[in-house]
Amino acid sequence: MFTYTVRRLLLAIPTLLIISLIIFLLLDLAPGDPTAQLPLTIPPEVKEKIRQSLGLGEPIHVRYFLWLKQFLVAEPLHVFDNLFGTHFADGMQRVISWQTRSPVADIVAQRLPQTLWVVGMSYVVGVLIALPIGIISAYKQYSWFDQIGTFISMLGFSVPTFFTGVLLIVIFAVNLGWFPSIYDTTHVVDSWDAFVFQVRQMIMPVMVLALYNAAQISRFMRASMLDNLGQDYVRTARAKGMSEKVVVLIHVLRNSMIPVITVIALGVPQIFGGAIITEQVFKVNGLGQLLITAIYANDIPMVQTLTFIFAVLIVLFNLIADILYGILDPRIRYD
Amino acid sequence: MPNKGVPVLDVKDLKTVFHTRSGEVHAVNSVSFYLRPGELLGVVGESGSGKSVTMMSLIGLLPSPPAEVRGGRVLFDGEDLLNVREERLRELRGARIGFVFQDPMTSLNPVFTVGYQIMEPLRKHMGMDKRQARVRAAELLALVGIPDADKRLSDYPHQFSGGMRQRVMIAIALACDPEVLIADEPTTALDVTIQAQILELMKDLRDKLGMAVIWITHDLGVIAGIADRVMVMYGGQVVEQAPVKELFGNPQHPYTRALLETIPSVTGERTERLHVIEGQPPILAAAPSACTFRARCVYASDRCACENPPRLTVGPAHDAACFWDPATGQPRNTEPTHTGAPNAG
Ligand SMILES: Nc1ncnc2c1ncn2[C@@H]1O[C@H](COP(=O)(O)OP(=O)(O)OP(=O)(O)O)[C@@H](O)[C@H]1O
Ligand SMILES: [Mg+2]
Repeated sequence: MFTYTVRRLLLAIPTLLIISLIIFLLLDLAPGDPTAQLPLTIPPEVKEKIRQSLGLGEPIHVRYFLWLKQFLVAEPLHVFDNLFGTHFADGMQRVISWQTRSPVADIVAQRLPQTLWVVGMSYVVGVLIALPIGIISAYKQYSWFDQIGTFISMLGFSVPTFFTGVLLIVIFAVNLGWFPSIYDTTHVVDSWDAFVFQVRQMIMPVMVLALYNAAQISRFMRASMLDNLGQDYVRTARAKGMSEKVVVLIHVLRNSMIPVITVIALGVPQIFGGAIITEQVFKVNGLGQLLITAIYANDIPMVQTLTFIFAVLIVLFNLIADILYGILDPRIRYD
Repeated sequence: MPNKGVPVLDVKDLKTVFHTRSGEVHAVNSVSFYLRPGELLGVVGESGSGKSVTMMSLIGLLPSPPAEVRGGRVLFDGEDLLNVREERLRELRGARIGFVFQDPMTSLNPVFTVGYQIMEPLRKHMGMDKRQARVRAAELLALVGIPDADKRLSDYPHQFSGGMRQRVMIAIALACDPEVLIADEPTTALDVTIQAQILELMKDLRDKLGMAVIWITHDLGVIAGIADRVMVMYGGQVVEQAPVKELFGNPQHPYTRALLETIPSVTGERTERLHVIEGQPPILAAAPSACTFRARCVYASDRCACENPPRLTVGPAHDAACFWDPATGQPRNTEPTHTGAPNAG
């Protein structure tokens, strides 16, 4: 298992390099000019100067390697310096956002908590709702519980989040006035009341996303449970006199969780990707929103960095999913 | 051969029905039989004759729905298993009635160690703690002939071969010293040499531990070698029942006779072709009101089409559900037998 992990990690390096090249080239070749938004009164020579100062005059391979160096060396060193108060990264050029002229990493670090709180929480809530629903739906297949569960999952899966989001705002924020309609990112939790407010403003976006996540995962859980409930080993467990609780929650569940855990792990990178639409609807300025505004503004370094971070996370969680699979299923041995 | 005493298991008029989309399927129709302590009862019959469903009905192992045990009485040690709470059945299953199923490759849970799976019933029924259960589990594995038992407890099922897994299944079934072991085609999925080993093992274990065994199989050869008494099933009914020698020497029911003819002979004249029983076994949408075998029976008469033959006594401890008498070639006229245990109650 260990050598397998190491081998996979090593293999991830060329994969990520290729991905980074593709991301870089795609964005670089895409039409769009960071100076296009500047007023027309600015003379062309000045515009050219601005472009030069952004590093756009260099040939493409020089810019690629510069970006790689900034991303892979300068940025991690800065993070290290910040954490331990060292000075390794002094004088190193960082990846700078064209919009704000401040380092991309700093902006990402500012936005990350919002996304993790709202989107991450919704994922956790979604999983926590989905698992029991999937288990019960499968165990009581075709019961009214299962039918309602199927119906709600279909809704959650097929109704887009911008619709459920706005619907919730209209009902609970506008008509009932229970929750604020806009997420206040500047809110600081420093007292019990502030905490209650934080919870209240999180409820709607979290619920919208949780419904969507739960719909998917509960279906997976149900299908996986059904697969296993019909297996011979279940009959053996019953023939041993095990209680239904043990049969379902130990024998069947343990087997059913194997594919589901993998699906859950593979879904984690999406959290960091942010839920672009939901973040827009509730005005949560998380990573999803950051990406959208960066794309509108032609802020190529920002877009490159964010996309590459997502790529790294996807590769990483694929590996984690594989390793979890090996841990959960004794029949799989990677060595 | 031990054949005295009050039966441990006495089944009367057991009826099981499946509710399917296309209507009811009557899988078990008024089945009655008994099992004496220490006895090995062989159950034969072609696929779909209701052997498994009968045995699963006894102890509530059928999923319901679709299955419904519609009537009858299953006396186990004086208790009617069809009338006890689910909780009570669970106390008996795995403790006093053990099961071995057909396919050892899928009957063990792939994600738990073999040790864990043997220890489960020990801890539940015998109240053992982890350490005691582990010691006993190792003993059991050694008992069923798995070398290096202590180490193999922490192996997973996929690390065992098919025959080894069936030994593990037997170890699980025997864990709590059951009075009755129900083995549902325990060797069908195994190759011939392994089959022979498992048979030897079972004979051995029965002599050592003295439990009563119900052995379901398609293989009459196996039955001849291992059973004390045989019960032949067809269409969800018992069509003939006799001590093993009697059944093989003096088969009465046309179905039994046909079954025996299907065994290819190694020593005698070589026949042109293997014998087959022409036709299909019935799927019953209602409880039978006529002989279920008549369509495939060369001796069928008008009476067989309007009356379901009851089990008639045809010899000592021998009964058959047929109007035709092979000795005379004529219909017989006897009273229905008392199909329960001869000395029960
Ligand atoms: N889940 C079910 N739903 C409907 N009918 C069923 C179901 N299980 C069994 N049956 C019916 O019950 C009858 C008896 O099946 P059973 O499994 O007892 O046969 P068997 O004698 O054990 O056969 P085999 O030798 O193949 O194991 C069959 O005709 C089958 O159609
Ligand atoms: Mg069967």
